[in-house]
Amino acid sequence: MREVVVTGVGAVTPLGVGARTLHERWTAGASGIAGGEAACTDFDPLDTLTRKEARRADRFSQLAVAAAAEAVADAGWEDELPCAPDRVGCIIGTGIGGLGTFESNHEELLGRGPAAVSPLSVPLMMGNAGAGTLAMRHGLLGPCFGVVSACAAGANAIGAAARTIQVGDADAVLTGGSEAVLTPLARASFAALDAVSKTGESRPFDARRDGFVMGEGAGVLVLEEAQAARARGAQILGWVRGYGATCDAHHLTAPDPQGAGAARAILAALADAGIEAGDLVYVNAHGTSTPLNDRSETLALKTALGADAYGVPVSSTKSAIGHLLGAAGAVEAIATLLALRDHVAPPTLGWAEEDEGLDLDYVPTARPLTIEDGDRVLGLSNSFGFGGHNAALVLEAT
Amino acid sequence: MSSTTVTAERVEQVVYQALESFGADPAEFSREATFEQLDVDSLDLAELSQIAEEEFGVPLKGDDVKGIRTVGDAIDLIVSRA
Repeated sequence: MREVVVTGVGAVTPLGVGARTLHERWTAGASGIAGGEAACTDFDPLDTLTRKEARRADRFSQLAVAAAAEAVADAGWEDELPCAPDRVGCIIGTGIGGLGTFESNHEELLGRGPAAVSPLSVPLMMGNAGAGTLAMRHGLLGPCFGVVSACAAGANAIGAAARTIQVGDADAVLTGGSEAVLTPLARASFAALDAVSKTGESRPFDARRDGFVMGEGAGVLVLEEAQAARARGAQILGWVRGYGATCDAHHLTAPDPQGAGAARAILAALADAGIEAGDLVYVNAHGTSTPLNDRSETLALKTALGADAYGVPVSSTKSAIGHLLGAAGAVEAIATLLALRDHVAPPTLGWAEEDEGLDLDYVPTARPLTIEDGDRVLGLSNSFGFGGHNAALVLEAT
Repeated sequence: MSSTTVTAERVEQVVYQALESFGADPAEFSREATFEQLDVDSLDLAELSQIAEEEFGVPLKGDDVKGIRTVGDAIDLIVSRA
């Protein structure tokens, strides 16, 4: 079976521009949340795109372009692709795509009529714009499409990319997720659902949690077939060892309260990786800070990992950067991999009050991972989306 | 009824402004400059058509735009239809 390695990562998040920036600042306990939201305030599209290119991209695509530029440079692809362009794919997840473009053009439609709607509206709105734009920028001619599964999209995209390499449809794939929905409609929609925190605080697993904090950003990974990557002398950051994807088929927004679908995804990922629960040294939770998810996810971890659930640190990136929705699965996979490489468990910021039944080790303060000689550095990253979409990734650091 | 007086000068001004907003380099603007040289593509021309309709009440259809190659072609087309 062909193995899948990670040779480059890039991210733009509320903690700043850069994957390592995300990791360092999160580990240090910094928060990118302000005023009840998590925006990419350090991000300037014109740092990476020309004015013309920026016009041709909704913010969600702009974020993806910047994250991809970093990942591709990290992988050493800048001068040339590692293989023939038709052997390189591009698979990018998103929750909703170009919502900002949708909203502004809808305003034009209502205010000034159909003739005022921009010819650019469809190409910028479409959920596949992230994938298409990245493929154009980097000359990628292999399998290329968007992945749509709400908060699991980024993880499902990585899973799809790994499978694409494993079956031999590509030898390398640029993959990840992007989301930019800090817009009036999205804010109102999530608020109407009562899904967002009224206190503006993201405190996953804490008894006082009251909803998630909306965020934006993008995470992009360069995945390559392992032997070819080694042959070209690529830096190997780690491996995508396992992927599990399931559905709750329970409710449009609420997870299965028993976490059964999530548990199956975790077990599938472990089996795919050929490892036992006890082999994990760290778990990056979906950990949205909603009353429902954090409870069902805790149950899912106990079901899937058994007693080993109590012996592994479980922390949530969302405590520091809020919920990046379609980008979350990818940004968090990157955060997980960098934490594993650094042998550290980053913190679940703000966790202080234990909730009944939520009694795992949620890492209120960052600390070193327990890794014995000869242990493999293996981590689990969970992502569960509205609609009951569960995705679990097992990542291993070199 | 056009919303503004259609002189060649005014049309040129609006066209140049539009091209600059699309990201083209004003230093390269002239009647002879081709859209290819300016990196102006079909999506840009679709936007230009929209602007022409809004400014001058001149609706440009897909067929009209197919034949134009230079900035001058666009200006002349708009003026002729006004």
